[in-house]
Amino acid sequence: MDGPALILLDGLLILVLLGLAWATLESRDPRRGVVLFIAFGLVLALVWARLAAPDVALAEAAIGAGLSGALLLAALRDEPKPEPGPEPEPATPAKRRLPGLTSWALGLLCLGLGLVVAWAFVDALAGAGPERLAGQVLARIGESGVSNPVTAVLLNFRGYDTLLELAVLLAALLGILALGPERGGYAPAGPVLAGLAGWLIPGLIITGGYLLWVGAHAPGGAFQAGAILAAAAVIRRLTGDRAAGLPRGLALRVLSLAGVAVFLGVGLALLVAGRPFLGFPPAWAGTLILVIESAATLAIGAILALAFIGGRPAAWDNPRQGRALNPTRVHNHP
Amino acid sequence: MIAGALIAAGILFYLAGSIGLLRLPDIYCRLHALTKADNLGLGLLVAGLVLLTDDLAVALKLVLIWLLVLAASAAGAHLIAGQARRGEDP
Repeated sequence: MDGPALILLDGLLILVLLGLAWATLESRDPRRGVVLFIAFGLVLALVWARLAAPDVALAEAAIGAGLSGALLLAALRDEPKPEPGPEPEPATPAKRRLPGLTSWALGLLCLGLGLVVAWAFVDALAGAGPERLAGQVLARIGESGVSNPVTAVLLNFRGYDTLLELAVLLAALLGILALGPERGGYAPAGPVLAGLAGWLIPGLIITGGYLLWVGAHAPGGAFQAGAILAAAAVIRRLTGDRAAGLPRGLALRVLSLAGVAVFLGVGLALLVAGRPFLGFPPAWAGTLILVIESAATLAIGAILALAFIGGRPAAWDNPRQGRALNPTRVHNHP
Repeated sequence: MIAGALIAAGILFYLAGSIGLLRLPDIYCRLHALTKADNLGLGLLVAGLVLLTDDLAVALKLVLIWLLVLAASAAGAHLIAGQARRGEDP
């Protein structure tokens, strides 16, 4: 499969990736920068795919390019637009540059980090040590309950890390909820967009379920599946549904907490049963991982969708509580 | 052989679409060049790749990708053109 054509492709990918990164950073217009950033994420996903890391490629395409792009575009929408008319005076290069000392310090820092990464890369390629983690994972994958080594590491061998990642997402959601009421909604979609959404959303939900299921033995898993579900929610919101298809009140809170709660619950139950925290018995590991990943998928989808809503949604308040926590909203965007 | 010809034709359409995007004067012409040429180009590419694979599942996935891109780019072009026509910056 190796050949001059693939070397050409790899070289081209590297050049395009670096060019896009440069163009993103140098862009004066934030919207142009965001669009370039999305393109950068998509090319980066291709690079990961070429590096034989399809799990990372999926996550990069779905979260790095797709959802981050949607979040950035939604944030830009709230920015006041530059007034039309005479072109604003372009910032002179001197104005945009950091002061000399700062840029030198940053340059040295980047150089140092680059050297460390290059050294780590060379060291990994040289493979000096006899203890390679990949070998250890593959040697004991039979006990993990899944046959995809990435899922085995994420959910079993290094389950703590993934639990804490979910906790970080939850903490980020708490920060977003504390920002205030949600962003303005979108106008109801015309027939073309509504028709497209009617096709896409069921397909996205099926794809999310497929990625969750297939994660046990092939690239996929909770984060990719959750991102796909969140993409469906983003489309719902863009077509005029302010709640983005999310449930209301208590159900929404349970959904947001589900990932961390089920993960912790399984870990604690194992403690009670006399095993180490998150030390799955091999016979049960596959089932437990599927239960945790299912809850995590729903929670990740809900949390990312709430991030796109960008604040405490009207649906957050429990209708049965009978009191409105959300003040009356001012609509900037009809 | 047929697959190679189809892929080459697809690449030609992509080239034409990209040149149109860069050279045509206004947003409507650019959308026209981009969506039509690229949809056909992708269709030809997919047809060529389907001929190259022996796996029915892979072939169906390739066709599904083409259909998704067709729907998304048609709707996207419609939305961008509608925005531009209403005088808003797309």
